[in-house]
Amino acid sequence: MVEEARAWALEVEDLTVAYGDRPVLWDIDLQVPSGVKLGIVGPNGAGKSTLVKAAMGLIPTVAGEVRLFGRPRAAAHGVIAYVPQRATLAWDFPTDVLDVVTMGTYGRLGWVRRAGPSERRQAEEAIAQVGMSGFARRPIAELSGGQQQRVLLARALVQDAPINILDEPFQGVDAPTERAIAEVLDALARAGKTIIVVHHDLQTVPEYFDSVLLLNVRVIAAGPVAEVFTEDNLRLTFGGRVGVLAARAAVEG
Amino acid sequence: MSPGLEIVLIAVTTAVAAALPGSYLVLRRSAMVSDAISHAILPGIVLAFFLTRDLNSPFLLVAAAASGVLAVVLIEALRRSHLVPEDAAIGLVFPALFSIGVILISRYAANVHLDTDSVLLGELAFAPFDRLLVRGHDLGPRALWTMGVILALNLAAIAVAWKELKLATVDPSLAALLGFPPAALHYGLMAMVSITAVGAFDAVGSILVVALMIAPPATAYLLADRLAPMLWLAAAAAALSAVLGFAAAILADVSIAGAMAVASCAVFGAAFAFAPRRGLVAQARQRSAQRLELALRMLLVHLLHHQETEIEREECRLAGLHRHLRWSEARTRQVIREAEERRLVARSGELVLATGDGRRLAEAAVTEG
Repeated sequence: MVEEARAWALEVEDLTVAYGDRPVLWDIDLQVPSGVKLGIVGPNGAGKSTLVKAAMGLIPTVAGEVRLFGRPRAAAHGVIAYVPQRATLAWDFPTDVLDVVTMGTYGRLGWVRRAGPSERRQAEEAIAQVGMSGFARRPIAELSGGQQQRVLLARALVQDAPINILDEPFQGVDAPTERAIAEVLDALARAGKTIIVVHHDLQTVPEYFDSVLLLNVRVIAAGPVAEVFTEDNLRLTFGGRVGVLAARAAVEG
Repeated sequence: MSPGLEIVLIAVTTAVAAALPGSYLVLRRSAMVSDAISHAILPGIVLAFFLTRDLNSPFLLVAAAASGVLAVVLIEALRRSHLVPEDAAIGLVFPALFSIGVILISRYAANVHLDTDSVLLGELAFAPFDRLLVRGHDLGPRALWTMGVILALNLAAIAVAWKELKLATVDPSLAALLGFPPAALHYGLMAMVSITAVGAFDAVGSILVVALMIAPPATAYLLADRLAPMLWLAAAAAALSAVLGFAAAILADVSIAGAMAVASCAVFGAAFAFAPRRGLVAQARQRSAQRLELALRMLLVHLLHHQETEIEREECRLAGLHRHLRWSEARTRQVIREAEERRLVARSGELVLATGDGRRLAEAAVTEG
């Protein structure tokens, strides 16, 4: 147990992913300590989403190994809760918010067993935590983009996993949703969970995260925000374009 | 049982059995896969027939299901190659498999009752002649038993894998993450579609199976907000189509299977037009109600701007309002009548003035905007 507690929450070794002969991730080595809030940042096509999907085993890899708390991923069930990009869900499916959030409990239930009152109660609590209590019975087809994002977040909360991976949760959401997400991330961090977020907005990195991974097909730099989130590293990650971003940051900051 | 009643029972059982897996196809945007599978089962049936020389062998069902699943595997492989556009994969695979079946029949089985017409269209009218006899006892038409067993299998499969099928349809990546392989569920569903198609093709033929698999679920999708009601409604729409189709076929003396398919499309058409919230009529009503709401607000904002000002006399005069709002006179009368009914405006001589309620609505509309 002591051994396990000391292990990294997520450890990626020599991970390579390719579409055909084009590598989209090239020899990734990464150690994520337990309990950090890690933002993954990089330009479009850097492989941010691909990295988290490969780490979860959702897409095939050419090479590499993933360990969760020291154990091979295949042996670590229920360790990761995942908030995918909104578009991956079939929002036109005939069901309601409560049902979708309850799906987060299916992993614990295993095959055939149905969700009961205790699963529904957990789902209702998670729905309340993301500020959607009045919406439990709302058909998912009627939700706004921000509400969809909060439903996905509640579904991940219900999974009650030590590692939470979120893919672009702040993309195109309204201000209340952004606040709700930030609050939930804080609550998860206080509960000692490890949080990994694919993030697109450089401005908010220091505000939301304590660690950052700068990615552009390879790992450019990874570590605490204070040490790693420097202009030099950003230029290495984004190339010339970071000049624009830095200028905007200066104007707004 | 009279042959007519037997035919209706077979038709209803077949239609309901097809509607259940069909609902999942519709929700997974794979409706055309039913077309592919219903054709691709033919070579499986023919090969199994060569082996067993018995058109009633249950082995035919198994072989047909296998060739249906093979079609899906081939379609997926073609898609993954990214060498052909997505829907072309379906169009390439099933005619190939179907034509193999047709060639095998014409070359080696020309003399048996396995002709291409009955494969394509089926013939429900003859179904009562084929009886299930056990030790000389007549247990009823064979097709009724076959479809009854398939219906029971479909119900059992859906009941057992209820949450898994739902999860894999709503979000396959979460299903994978939680340890329910979406591919396994996908092929399980495709096996269900294949077995249903081969059972149904005996009764209604391979083309009309598609109508029964897609139209009733599409009807139910317009009416239901939840999965379970959608499945029940799909079953009900399927049964209704079967009964209506049979009645129409008797009245017009036409093919029963054809009339059933037309009836299932007619039932869909009715839902498409008149479904309570998603139908064309309901949507048109909703849009016109929204336009009226907007018009009311525009009227009230206009009145509020100008009443108690010097130009009140001109801007708020009933006879001149349509010019100021750039509406037709008829539309203006309609909107003012509605506003009066709701006590949002009141007449004062020849002026129209916003009431307290009207004022509040206009102020709310302006601050919201």
